[in-house]
Amino acid sequence: MIQYILRRLLQIIPVFIGTTLLVYFMVFALPGDPIRALFGDRPPSEAVIAQLRQQYNLDQPFWVQYGLFLKNLFTFNLGVDFTGQPIAASLGRIFPVTVMLAVEALIIQTVFGVTFGLIAGLRKGKFFDATVLVASLVVIAIPTFVLGFVLQLLIGVQLGWAKPTVGANADWGNLILPATVLGLVSFAYVLRLTRASVVENMNADYVRTATAKGLSRPRVVVTHILRNSMIPVITYLGASLGGLMGGAIVTESIFNVPGVGQKLFQAVIRSEGPTVVAIVSVLVLVFVIANLLVDLLYAWLDPRIRYEN
Amino acid sequence: MTDNITPHQDTAPGQEPAKGAVVLEVRDLSVDFGVDKKWVPAAIGLNYEVRAGEVLAIVGESGSGKSASSMALLGLLPSNSRVSGSVRLSGKELLGASAANIREVRGKDVAVIFQEPMTALNPVYTVGAQIVETVRLHNEVSPEQAKERALRMLELVELPDPEKAFKSYPHQLSGGQRQRAMIAQSLSCDPKLLIADEPTTALDVTVQAEILDLMRNLRNKLDSAIVLITHDMGVVADLADRIAVMRRGLIVETGTAEQVFRNPRHEYTQALLAAVPHLGQGGAEHGEEVDVTAALAAATHAELESVEHDELVRRERENAAALAAAAAERPQGEPVLELTDVAIEYPKQGRVPAFRAVEGANLVIYPGQVVGLVGESGSGKTTIGRAAVGLLPVAAGTMRVVGQDISAAKKNGRQLHHVRRHIGMVFQDPSSSLNPRLPIGESIGEPMFLAGEAKGSGLQKRIEALLDQVELPRSYRNRYPHELSGGQKQRVGIARALSLKPKLMVADEPTSALDVSVQAKVLELFQNLQKDLGFACLFVTHDLAVVDVLADRICVMQRGRIVEQGTRDQILRNPQEPYTQRLLAAVPLPDPEKQRERRELRAQLLASGVE
Repeated sequence: MIQYILRRLLQIIPVFIGTTLLVYFMVFALPGDPIRALFGDRPPSEAVIAQLRQQYNLDQPFWVQYGLFLKNLFTFNLGVDFTGQPIAASLGRIFPVTVMLAVEALIIQTVFGVTFGLIAGLRKGKFFDATVLVASLVVIAIPTFVLGFVLQLLIGVQLGWAKPTVGANADWGNLILPATVLGLVSFAYVLRLTRASVVENMNADYVRTATAKGLSRPRVVVTHILRNSMIPVITYLGASLGGLMGGAIVTESIFNVPGVGQKLFQAVIRSEGPTVVAIVSVLVLVFVIANLLVDLLYAWLDPRIRYEN
Repeated sequence: MTDNITPHQDTAPGQEPAKGAVVLEVRDLSVDFGVDKKWVPAAIGLNYEVRAGEVLAIVGESGSGKSASSMALLGLLPSNSRVSGSVRLSGKELLGASAANIREVRGKDVAVIFQEPMTALNPVYTVGAQIVETVRLHNEVSPEQAKERALRMLELVELPDPEKAFKSYPHQLSGGQRQRAMIAQSLSCDPKLLIADEPTTALDVTVQAEILDLMRNLRNKLDSAIVLITHDMGVVADLADRIAVMRRGLIVETGTAEQVFRNPRHEYTQALLAAVPHLGQGGAEHGEEVDVTAALAAATHAELESVEHDELVRRERENAAALAAAAAERPQGEPVLELTDVAIEYPKQGRVPAFRAVEGANLVIYPGQVVGLVGESGSGKTTIGRAAVGLLPVAAGTMRVVGQDISAAKKNGRQLHHVRRHIGMVFQDPSSSLNPRLPIGESIGEPMFLAGEAKGSGLQKRIEALLDQVELPRSYRNRYPHELSGGQKQRVGIARALSLKPKLMVADEPTSALDVSVQAKVLELFQNLQKDLGFACLFVTHDLAVVDVLADRICVMQRGRIVEQGTRDQILRNPQEPYTQRLLAAVPLPDPEKQRERRELRAQLLASGVE
């Protein structure tokens, strides 16, 4: 078991180098000159530009730039971004917000997805099931930005149930609307996955055994059907966590959440290699570790899974 | 919690029906299923009763309603069903009882043992947790007491290490152990009635014999009434006191086990008994019936209580005389399949190391010869079949198929391609081995088309001829597999295997998924085709009785090795290897009296420490 975890953790190294290299190269290859872009319509003197280039190592060839970046990374010195702020400090500001947002979205999609999926599965073919299936299809089909604006307008502005935008002071309460929007699409998938899994397990022999033992319906549903149906759902939830963290760009922009998505978007626009790569590196770590946790959870849920050493 | 399970010594095999109180009384029980807004009857007006300490076997083929009617007793049917009539458990009406009342009865008064122990136990909980769940549900006991109770039950069902079994997940136990755990769970609340739905169907014969022994012991110890649902006449002969034969939802005949086996009155019962392959009674051309009991007794120098000494000696002599008179093997021509010291491995996959499934196998099949390869699950019998077709690589030794050495043949290479044209293969599951999107005519014609043997109208003629050979109407060529019954699908499988006029046929359990009466017909067809066309055949099966019907030679496999081989007479009349003896002793015969002799013999075999 320990060996398995160690091996999985070691696998992070090549994944990490591969993704950072790729992202660094893509930012490097972006057209335009980031330094000139900084100054907009009033170009500074060539000397200033050259000085800035040197400061950000932009005068070096790609491999040297990347090497310097790695070196800094391992000495925990992420450097400063083009506005002169230390990158580490801004990461420390934006990540808690996004983590909060992602966790809230994860909770929303899990609680509602599993509940609705379970009920739909148990009532397969009935009215509730059909309604939920169509509704989830609609949710999947509507793009996030449409959902976001509509909910912002309806719930945030017209009904006033939640704050339409978040602003600088993000907390669990005012993140509820963006978290809902963020979680909605995954919610539909969680629902469908749970439903399919419940439908399959409902007719399993061991469920019949449980009934024949004299267990009440609720106990059969919770301890035998639900528990066994969670196995594929957990896998999906783990994989979706990474997506929730990194893929919140649209949602964060709509609701003005000062999180990773927004920062990443700005950094890409400004061709700020170090910032982009720093953010992506953290996301990669989150993603890999989330997947490892899912795999461990998987073994706990399903004892038939064994890790080879 | 009453405790009537204090183990006392097994009483003598009491076959006379026990005269206990009536536990279950079923009157006019009818079950219908709603299919496409119509009620389709599954059981019609059933009447039967079961007394304490008695085993009632409900026998029938698939679709006879035996399972549905028994599940209806406890309200375990899906919601599209309708049940009417009366089911009284010790005088208390169960049909129409409230949900809470019926839950009280389930698991406590009436327990069920299901067919597949692998899927009938929840894979994510330990065996112990599942038994404790049952115990605590019906008894006001602390977790410790429940655990103690569960451990005692696991001991009662003779699991070697109850503590370990308690902590094991179902997949960590073998099939037989799982079924024991399932039985332990069923018995954990001292049920008055035990419903056993095909309890041994998924198990190997030797394991099946053990479970049947266990159930017989328990019946004597516990004094529960048992309803045994099965399609296997051998199992019935082994365990049942009374028998109800079901067909298409009706009970066509009831009676004591002796009556039904000795003197079946209904024609369906007669047909069913005739269709059951009876070990020792292989087809007419194999000569006279083999007295397997006498053969085993002679081979192991056993004395039996249930048979007079002189009588046994006489039977043993007859057997020896028959063996001496049996026709010697007459191998002719060049071998079609020849294995010399062959080892077969499942190649390594990623981190999973290669697995050697067969070791040191020697086997020769001559033209026109049918060789039965018998063994239990995991013995490597299917592996040999697959390697003979070149689906698995030969790790050591030489394998010659139709005169060519394929031991070193490249996977999917030209040589294998050529060799495969001379081999036909029939698979176990006829449903999944036919492409569901191809009409059966195309499935049959595909090998000929691919081999360039026939095209256009010539191909159509060949397809029609093949359909004639397997006795299917020509018009079936445009039907799809799902429109055919299991037996018809297997006929298609045979036709496809025959299409290239193979010199060698590899048949992997071709009839084990079929009902006995269907199996009998398919086996008969197979036999006739083999005689007409004269192909050699490697017939892989777990069922000694089936091999007995077909095979000229029998090879017995155990744990990847061929432990014994010889002509049918040599193996059946004079089994030498302990494993072969054990296997022969474990096959239940559809005859209560013979079965009693054999039980004694088997007990002696096991007692003498034969591994």
